[in-house]
Amino acid sequence: MNPEIISSTTEEYKELIESFKKDGFEMMVDLTVVDWFRKKEPRFEIVVQFLSTSKNSRKTVKVFVNDEDLTIPSITEIYPSANFYEREAYDMFGIIFEDHPDLTRILMPDDWEGHPLRKNYGSGRIPVQFKNAPKVD
Amino acid sequence: MKNNKIKKSKLSNFKNKLDFWATNSEEGGWNISSTDEGSQKMLEDENEKQIKIQTGTEVVDDFVIDEDTSDDERMIVNMGPQHPSTHGVLRLQAELEGEVVRRVKPIIGYLHTGMEKTGEELNYFQGPTNTTRMDYLSPLFNELVFSLTTEKLIGIEVPKRAETIRILMTELNRVSSHLVALATGGMDIGALSMMIFGFRERELILNFFEKTTGLRMNHNYIRPGGVAADLPDGWQKDVEEILKIIPEKLQDYDDMLLDNPIWKGRLQNVGILTTEECFAYGVTGPSLRASGYSWDLRKSQPYSGIENYEFDVPTLIEGDVFARWRVKVLEIFESLKIIEQAMNNMPKGPYKVQDKKITPPPRKRLDESMEALIHHFKIYTEGFKVPEGDAYVAVESPRGELGCYIVSDGSAKPYRMHVRGPSFCNLQALPVIMTDSPIADAVAAIASLDPVIGDVDR
Repeated sequence: MNPEIISSTTEEYKELIESFKKDGFEMMVDLTVVDWFRKKEPRFEIVVQFLSTSKNSRKTVKVFVNDEDLTIPSITEIYPSANFYEREAYDMFGIIFEDHPDLTRILMPDDWEGHPLRKNYGSGRIPVQFKNAPKVD
Repeated sequence: MKNNKIKKSKLSNFKNKLDFWATNSEEGGWNISSTDEGSQKMLEDENEKQIKIQTGTEVVDDFVIDEDTSDDERMIVNMGPQHPSTHGVLRLQAELEGEVVRRVKPIIGYLHTGMEKTGEELNYFQGPTNTTRMDYLSPLFNELVFSLTTEKLIGIEVPKRAETIRILMTELNRVSSHLVALATGGMDIGALSMMIFGFRERELILNFFEKTTGLRMNHNYIRPGGVAADLPDGWQKDVEEILKIIPEKLQDYDDMLLDNPIWKGRLQNVGILTTEECFAYGVTGPSLRASGYSWDLRKSQPYSGIENYEFDVPTLIEGDVFARWRVKVLEIFESLKIIEQAMNNMPKGPYKVQDKKITPPPRKRLDESMEALIHHFKIYTEGFKVPEGDAYVAVESPRGELGCYIVSDGSAKPYRMHVRGPSFCNLQALPVIMTDSPIADAVAAIASLDPVIGDVDR
């Protein structure tokens, strides 16, 4: 099934989501971020998937967030299921969701520095130290 | 006035007696008094909103910290991450008042291995190797959803035989996954025979998987463009045996548990999740169907030609742990129906797309043809290129909606690969299920949601 794709801005985002809830889209299924580092401006694209079980249809919302600003309103009060997803987006990309009840790291340790899924965060940056292995600098 | 006093003293006398009878001490038990107060409060407020909240049609966080309770009675307890009943490394921070859970916060991330980051490093041909390790109890679904998304981006359709093999294998996987859910769920509650039974029957299916794919778990069998290998010789015999044995064994489970008063008493009216709560917290799969809402992606948004099979969507209305257990048992029967139909109508023909750019040539051709050798080398070193674009595809995994979102920038590796794990989302409903219920029921509640931590943390 091809979802209907809607582009939005950070200002209109919350109103748009509220209208979905009234339209009978009961579930927010997924929220994720794409990092367009040095490819697109603004840098971060937030992709939210919605599902209506009564109409059997899907909608996708795409919002671009600026690299300097990084803030977007949280939709947890409209869809409580956004809670974990927004925390994950904060953890992995550093997007700040305004008015989120508990915006902390979810998958990485609390004292972790950096946001691993950003494109300028190299994978394998931190060497894995095995037990009894000779230390490598 | 006087009458009232007499009534009250009579009542408290009676209560003391009841407490003494229940707890065998003069002190009075928490269970009797709290239930008593609760029921009186329920009768007092009968405005529409209160009733809506009580029937569960309106979702509110109704927890208010009782000012009268002293800090001595309230304590915070960590359950897990190394607790056998948390199904892996889930950690729960629970605030207890006596034996009642007042607040709970699931803490996850202990099994986070950065699979989405790894997904950006591997090409589309290697992708299923990575995704299959996410939900390790239903690996074939992860491979399927990754392959379907890639195929959608490329715009190819796989041959009929490949589709049917995919349906056959994934439905077998659903049976084996549900069997583990029943087994571990039984173990958590104390039905230890159930654990032995569930794992014993799962072995049948895993043996068939090993014969077909080479591995018992993490198969890397369903790949973009079809499946890795054809079914082995004499596969019908194995599937027939599975179809014969599993219903017999399921009958044994029913004989043991369905009318068992202990099992029922332990599970009925425990951990209730209403349809509205399911919608609010994005809960899908058996948990949603157990709350009285018939929603199955296999029926509503079919994939791999599953619309051609006849099966029902079992739905129960209670929404408690017992209903969630029952739905899983009934779903096994429906999956067996699909497996039987797939087995009887297995089409002949290729099991991979006949596109040289996507499918590596068969081993025999390498010795004869230079071009085949080049294609083989190209696919295994570079992989195949996927046109620019993005796609989201969802399938019904044993735990709910399993989605995959891939963004392609035109190269041989995904620019971004995200998997929407059903367990991750379902876990958000855990506080709703667990609050204001005894800690003993919490274990049953976790088991009924059936979270797989590999899928939660990815």
